[in-house]
Amino acid sequence: MSDYVQMWKDLGMDLETHDALCQVLPTAFGDVYLSQENRPEAMGFWDFVVSEIHGIRPSELIEAQKNGRKVFGTFCVYVPDEVVIAADGIVTGLCGGSQFWVPGGEKVLPKSTCPLIKASVGARLDRTCPFFRIADMYVGETTCDGKKKAWEILGEDVPMYIMDIPQMKREKDIEKWAQEIAAFAAVVEEQTGNKITVEKLNDAIRIINEKRKAMARVFAATKGKNLPISGKDRLLMTQIAFFDDPARCAQMCNKLADELDERNAKGVRVFPAGTKRILLSGTPLAIPNWKLHHIIETSGAAVVCEEMCTGTRYFENLVEEDKTTLEDQYMALSRRYMKNNCACFTPNTGRIDDILRLAKEYEVDGVIDVNLKFCCLYDTEGYTVEKALKDAGIPVLGIETDYTDTDAEQLRTRIEAFVEMLG
Amino acid sequence: MEYFIGIDIGSTSTKTAVLDENGKPVCLFVMPTGWSSIDTAETVRRQLLEEGIDPEKHACIATGYGRIAVPYANKTVTEITCHARGAMALFDCGDITVIDIGGQDTKIIRTENGIVRDFVMNDKCSAGTGRFLEVMANSLAVRPDELCDLAAMGGGASISSMCTVFAESEVISLIGSGEKKENIAYAVVDSIVKKVATQAGRLEGGGQLVCLTGGLCECGYIVKALSAALKRPIVTKSDARYAGAIGAALTARKGA
Ligand code: SF4
Ligand code: SF4
Repeated sequence: MSDYVQMWKDLGMDLETHDALCQVLPTAFGDVYLSQENRPEAMGFWDFVVSEIHGIRPSELIEAQKNGRKVFGTFCVYVPDEVVIAADGIVTGLCGGSQFWVPGGEKVLPKSTCPLIKASVGARLDRTCPFFRIADMYVGETTCDGKKKAWEILGEDVPMYIMDIPQMKREKDIEKWAQEIAAFAAVVEEQTGNKITVEKLNDAIRIINEKRKAMARVFAATKGKNLPISGKDRLLMTQIAFFDDPARCAQMCNKLADELDERNAKGVRVFPAGTKRILLSGTPLAIPNWKLHHIIETSGAAVVCEEMCTGTRYFENLVEEDKTTLEDQYMALSRRYMKNNCACFTPNTGRIDDILRLAKEYEVDGVIDVNLKFCCLYDTEGYTVEKALKDAGIPVLGIETDYTDTDAEQLRTRIEAFVEMLG
Repeated sequence: MEYFIGIDIGSTSTKTAVLDENGKPVCLFVMPTGWSSIDTAETVRRQLLEEGIDPEKHACIATGYGRIAVPYANKTVTEITCHARGAMALFDCGDITVIDIGGQDTKIIRTENGIVRDFVMNDKCSAGTGRFLEVMANSLAVRPDELCDLAAMGGGASISSMCTVFAESEVISLIGSGEKKENIAYAVVDSIVKKVATQAGRLEGGGQLVCLTGGLCECGYIVKALSAALKRPIVTKSDARYAGAIGAALTARKGA
C-alpha cells in the first residue's frame, strides 16, 4: 500500500490496530484470489483497488469533501443512491464483512447479533476503517431489529438518518416508500446545500441504471455452459461496486463483460467442464467475506450466481427513466426498490420466485442457501426456500455461518458432500 | 488378489475396511485416532502390511474428518457419501435413512434409489454426539458403554441444556443432589436421543428404513430409545460402526 498514514491519522484512526488489519488482508487476498489461474485480465482493476483498499478510494472521497461534497454511508440496497447523486453527494457502502471488527461490535452489542451488524459497529467504534470515518452522515433503515437498535448506538457517535422501510409490499407501502425517499431527498439537499431538480435526478437515475446494466452483463456471462470467470472474482466486483464511483464502476464492469463475452466466444474457461454449478442465496457477503466462495470453488463446484444483496438484488430491475416531476421520479424509484426481495418483508414470495427463476436461468445443479448466524429473518425464510427448491426437484443445502474460520473444515465436509451428491 | 481399502479417520476412532473383488470384507479393524491423523494413517498402513496387504498397491479411499491425512489414499470422499454407501450395502437397501452418531458430529443421510438425496449435520456444537456422551460418562466416572447400560435402568431425570458445558454442570449438580446414577445416565441418553430425533425429523417424513451406524450402534439402549423417539424400528448391526470405511472401500471398488 502507498503511504496513507498521514491521511489515516487525520481521520483519527487507531493506527496500531489498523496496521494489524492491513497485514492480514494481503495474505488472505493472495490465498483466495491470486492463487486462481487464468483470471480475466480486467480483474486487474479490482486487484489494484483491493491492494489499496483503505487508501485510494478514501483519498478520492477526502478530495471531494475538500471541494465541498458530502459523503453518505449506507447499509442496505434499499437506500436509493440516485437521490444522493442528484444532489452531487457521494454514496459509499459501509457493511463490515470481517471478523476483525466483530469483537469491537460485541463491546456494545449482544453476542447474538448478526456478524454483519457487529462488524459494522465495531469498524466505527474501533476507528479501524477509513470509510466509516469519512462518511459525513450514515443512512440507516428499519429493516431488521438488530440494525434498528444498532443505529441508536451508532447515532451517539456519528450523525444518523433513518429511513422507515415498509414491511409489506402493498400499493400503499410503495407509496409510503416514495414519501420516505422524498423526505430523504430533503435531508440530502440540506446536507449538501444543493437542490435536487428533475433534470439532475434523471441524470442520476441514468447513471445508476447504467451501472446496473453493466453488472448484469457480467452476471449474464456465467449463464452459459462455459464459465469465463470464477464466482469469487464476480463477487469481488460486486463488493467493490458498493464503494466505487458509479460511472467508473459501470465502465470497469463493461470492460470486464466485454472480455468475458470474448472468452465465451473463444471457449476460454476457468473451471473444467463438468464443474457443478451452484447458486448461492441468502444473506449478504460484505467485503472481505470470501469464505464460502473459496470453500465451494475449491471443492469441485463453481458459484455461478448470487441471489443476495451482494448479487442480483443489487442490480436487477431498472428505474423508469425520463419522468417529468420529482413526485413521479420518487414513485419510479420506489417501484424499482420495492421489487427487491429481502427477508425483512412479509410475505416474501417474490424471493422464492427469484431463486427458482435464477436456478433455471443459470442452469444450476444445486442451491446453497446461506444464513449469517443470528439472522433470524433469513434463517426462518430458509425453511420456505428449501421447501420450494425440493418441491421443484432442485438439490439444496442450508448453511449457517459467521465470519470466523473455525467452522471452515466442517463447512468443507458439508459442501464436498453436497457436490458429491450432485453426481 | 485385488483388494479395496477404505479408511475412515473419525475424530475419536479410525476404522479400516478391506474388501475383496466381490465386495466381501476380508478384514475390519478399529483403533483410536489419537492426536495426529497422520500418525494414525501410518499405524493403519503398518497394520495392513501385517495382514499382508500393501495399501500402496491397492485402490484406497480415505474418508472422515482426517481424510486428507492419508498420503497413500488415491482419493478422498466425504463421510456422508461413504456412510450412505456402506449402510446401503450392510442393510441391502437403496432407500434408507442413515443416522450416524459420530464422535464430533452427528449426520443423518437419506438415500433414494441408491443415491444420497439429502443430509443434515449438526453444527459446531457437540450436543447429540458421541463426544457429549463421553464427557457425561466422565463426570459419572463410568465408561460410555456402561453409561448406556445404566440408562436402561433409569428414568425420571432430565437435562435441559443442549450445550455440553452447561449440560455437564447440570449433571454435576444432579450428582450433588444425590440423584441415582441410573437416572442421570437416562437423562444424558434422553438428551442425545431427543436432539438426534429432531434432526432426523427435519430430513424425512417417515416411511423409510432407518439404520444406526457409528460407534454407538452396539449400545442396545440407544437403539431402543431412538426407536421410541422416532416411533419406528431402527436396524443396526455390529459391523455398522464400519459403515464409513466399508463405503469408502466400495467407492474404491467402483473405481470412483
Ligand atoms: S439483506 Fe435486506 S436489510 Fe440487508 S442489505 Fe439486503 S435488503 Fe437491506
Ligand atoms: S443479515 Fe439479517 S440480521 Fe444481519 S443485517 Fe442483514 S437482515 Fe439484519
